Amino acid sequence: MKAICFYFQVHQPNRLKTYRFFDIGKDHHYYDDLQNKYIIKRVAEKCYLPTNNLILNLIKEYGTSFKISFSISGVAIEQFEKYVPEVLESFKQLAETGCVEFLCETYSHSLACLKSKEEFERQVNMHRNKIKELFNQDPKTFRNTELIYYDTLGVWVADMGFETMLTEGAKQVLAWRSPGYLYTNCINPKLKLLLKNYRLSDDIAFRFSQREWDQWPLTTEKYVDWLNALDPNEEVVNLFMDYETFGEHQWAETGIFDFMRYLPACVFSNSPYTFKTPSELSKLLQPVGYIYANNPISWADEERDITAWLGNKLQQDAFDSLYELENKVKNCDDLDIQKDWLYLQTSDHFYYMCTKWFSDGDVHKYFNPYGSPYEAFINYMNVLSDFELRVNNILNTKYTYPPLNNNSYNNNEIINNMEKNKKKKNPQRVMKQRTKIKSKDIQFSDLLNISLANIRKIIGPIDVETIAIAIIGVEDEIKDVILSNMGMRKLAIYEKLDIDYSQIKQSDIIKARKIILERMKKLIS
Amino acid sequence: MKVLMFGWEFPPHITGGLGTACFGLTKGLLHQGVEVIFVVPKAYGDESQETVKLINASNISIDIRKRITQKYLKNITYIEIASNLVPYIGIEPFEKIINSETKTIKHNFDESIFREKFEFSGQYGPNLMKEVVRYALVASSIAETTDFDIIHAHDWLTYPAGIAAKKISGKPLVVHMHATEFDRSGENINQNVYDIERKGMQEADMVIAVSNYTRNIIIERYGINPDKVITVYNAVEYDETYFKYREEKSFPEKVVTFLGRVTYQKGPDYFVEAANKVLQVDKNVRFVMAGSGDMLIRMINRVAELSISSNFHFTGFLNEEEVNRLFAISDVYVMPSVSEPFGISPLEAMRSSVPVVISKQSGVAEILQHALKIDFWDIDAMADSIYGLLHYNALSEMFRKEGKKEVERLKWKSSARKVIEVYEKALALSTKNIKMKKIS
Repeated sequence: MKAICFYFQVHQPNRLKTYRFFDIGKDHHYYDDLQNKYIIKRVAEKCYLPTNNLILNLIKEYGTSFKISFSISGVAIEQFEKYVPEVLESFKQLAETGCVEFLCETYSHSLACLKSKEEFERQVNMHRNKIKELFNQDPKTFRNTELIYYDTLGVWVADMGFETMLTEGAKQVLAWRSPGYLYTNCINPKLKLLLKNYRLSDDIAFRFSQREWDQWPLTTEKYVDWLNALDPNEEVVNLFMDYETFGEHQWAETGIFDFMRYLPACVFSNSPYTFKTPSELSKLLQPVGYIYANNPISWADEERDITAWLGNKLQQDAFDSLYELENKVKNCDDLDIQKDWLYLQTSDHFYYMCTKWFSDGDVHKYFNPYGSPYEAFINYMNVLSDFELRVNNILNTKYTYPPLNNNSYNNNEIINNMEKNKKKKNPQRVMKQRTKIKSKDIQFSDLLNISLANIRKIIGPIDVETIAIAIIGVEDEIKDVILSNMGMRKLAIYEKLDIDYSQIKQSDIIKARKIILERMKKLIS
Repeated sequence: MKVLMFGWEFPPHITGGLGTACFGLTKGLLHQGVEVIFVVPKAYGDESQETVKLINASNISIDIRKRITQKYLKNITYIEIASNLVPYIGIEPFEKIINSETKTIKHNFDESIFREKFEFSGQYGPNLMKEVVRYALVASSIAETTDFDIIHAHDWLTYPAGIAAKKISGKPLVVHMHATEFDRSGENINQNVYDIERKGMQEADMVIAVSNYTRNIIIERYGINPDKVITVYNAVEYDETYFKYREEKSFPEKVVTFLGRVTYQKGPDYFVEAANKVLQVDKNVRFVMAGSGDMLIRMINRVAELSISSNFHFTGFLNEEEVNRLFAISDVYVMPSVSEPFGISPLEAMRSSVPVVISKQSGVAEILQHALKIDFWDIDAMADSIYGLLHYNALSEMFRKEGKKEVERLKWKSSARKVIEVYEKALALSTKNIKMKKIS
């Protein structure tokens, strides 16, 4: 049997905005939403939507003979949900054909595997659940961020129930051997390994449009000739690449879409190859040997190691500083902290700090928001400093926030009141009472018996005006709980609100409180 | 190859970077087997003669009757001298100039410049224009009696001399732009100086620019043919004597340093504003502004107005040893120049293992990797860079180590090699031109 295995990586990071040191302790939103939105929309338009459409048509044309696989990072999925839901819809359509396998990876496209087994597994499970939920597939194949792989990692992955893992066909682990066979992990042979054929993959992903390349232009016929010229005993050609190859790295004008459109036809008519997914291959093929990878390998750069992310002191320092917070973050019962913790782990942040590419590296520059690796480092460390402050604040005093820039009297009063309340209340009592609450007879005053994190969840999506109306006339204690948990930004808006209280009717107040009550009920049930 | 080189100053009698650059380059050229005859307006006798044959223009007599350069001199007979005509000028002489010369002076050249001998001051004083013209006359005399292959003139002060020497000898001329009038004066340029610069570059066979930044100005603002403008970066002297300065800090705070003339071109006001931003968040920093200039009083007032005087220090003019001692206690060096053709001072800071923040509007930004580069007007980015270097040790450690290595690699030898390539081009061009003339 001879098979082609296509796997495309879909990922876009949450790029950070320019975050200065004087924002530390004041601004807790780290992301350049405008830019992220712009980029994901642009790539959706140029790559994801047209290529998905192309693949869907190929599947319609060739039925089950044309198969491919995708890995979509969790942070990319979230951005699709937020900015371009039609992309997710088209991936779902692909999933429904049964010809597309969705692989599992770390949710935030992170390097957690190099630091923390626990965090790594947590993120893999998060991603696994997300894939199940979206595409109704239980992933059996794993691909790690940037195809990073080493022996022990393979064991972890196998222990989590994965049967197959993808990685780079790096020279340092293959030596004279060919990536054209199925291999296994050297400690746990149950985990099958598919290795990227980097020459044939990069012919499409990098060299396709390079006019100085002596093989330019690359036609489907030429490419299939190359496939046929491979050792006849080889069983599989693994073509792994960024999905953005289509239409973004290689523009539509280069003919990349036409190449893909006519490739299956040419393969079927001129070669013995078929198209298979990773899961199919691991069932169909017999492994021929072990892969020994003591040190991590990856698909990046010439070195095919992890130096693109952790090659210099800056990257290592930023990386270590981040994971020093791991245990603290685990104890933070706060949605925003948990989200930021995920987003800050995304490998791209460390990639931007790479100093290897002073001489070359067009790939590193791709959508890189920074002028230099040092700017990337400083920006990241500023953000991380704020994040650490927040984590410490939540752990030390669960009631206070860092003070506003210009402390207004109101604000001080609230914080003072909170201090008083803190003394009055015993947290254990709160815990006890909390269990008693039933969604049926929930009351507005029950806010006092709900954890602060949950209060934040409840009032988070509600607009400031509604909250302001709802707390008219309530006990100070409740008022304080709400105000001190709506976040500094909303609090500032609240203080500037100009409400004519004489115009507000009792019914308005009840209506506003009802909105909050509804959310409380929902959360508790 | 033998080069007749015209400069305005030579170590140790220098007022700034021009002399240093000429000296470094001359040494580099000698290393490559090039012979240099260096002409200065006034030699004091204690100049380093190890590398170069130094000619004292004051000792040269001229034959007035020839007056080959007369036609050319007409163009520059009347020149208004503004206070900032000179590139790389040091701090002290600058003050002297502005004190003595806040008014512009009209020169009507007296006959003294046509006397047989003339005593140059070699300074940048009120007689500057007179000296420039006399220097050109001397140049023609030297060019007539000396044997050489090519002429190399440094900065506009020596361009009339370079042109005169070319006219007399027919040898190719290379002019070296260490600064343009736009760097010195912003948009309010001195038209006469601009004209001399342009004329020099037009007459020259090749033009050397100290950076692409300067090269672009030459092409865009002076309309010089891009084909004959070539960038050759400066370098920095590197020897162990620079590390003998071990200064103990007598206070725990970190030190952020600005060093240079306190004038518009150097952007001291942006430094003060950035310092304020940093001090709002972190009081454990001391800012030092070393140097003097026409904006100094304004800076002192602004610092007081911002109530940051207790963490902001003015040193006035510092000599070389004091500069090195200041570098020894500095944690960050900032060069916020509004327009800087090259900028040797960050290299000197890096040589002393001080991390640097430099403006993108500088030539040196083109060649440095281990430096934070910011737009001079972006005080947020400047403050953030300073803060980053002070607080994130991984970054400052990398800069200290790698920055020093990087500067070590910038050698005058390699700059000289590039200059020789320019000479060769100029020679090839001029022989071609001679042939063409013969044919026609």
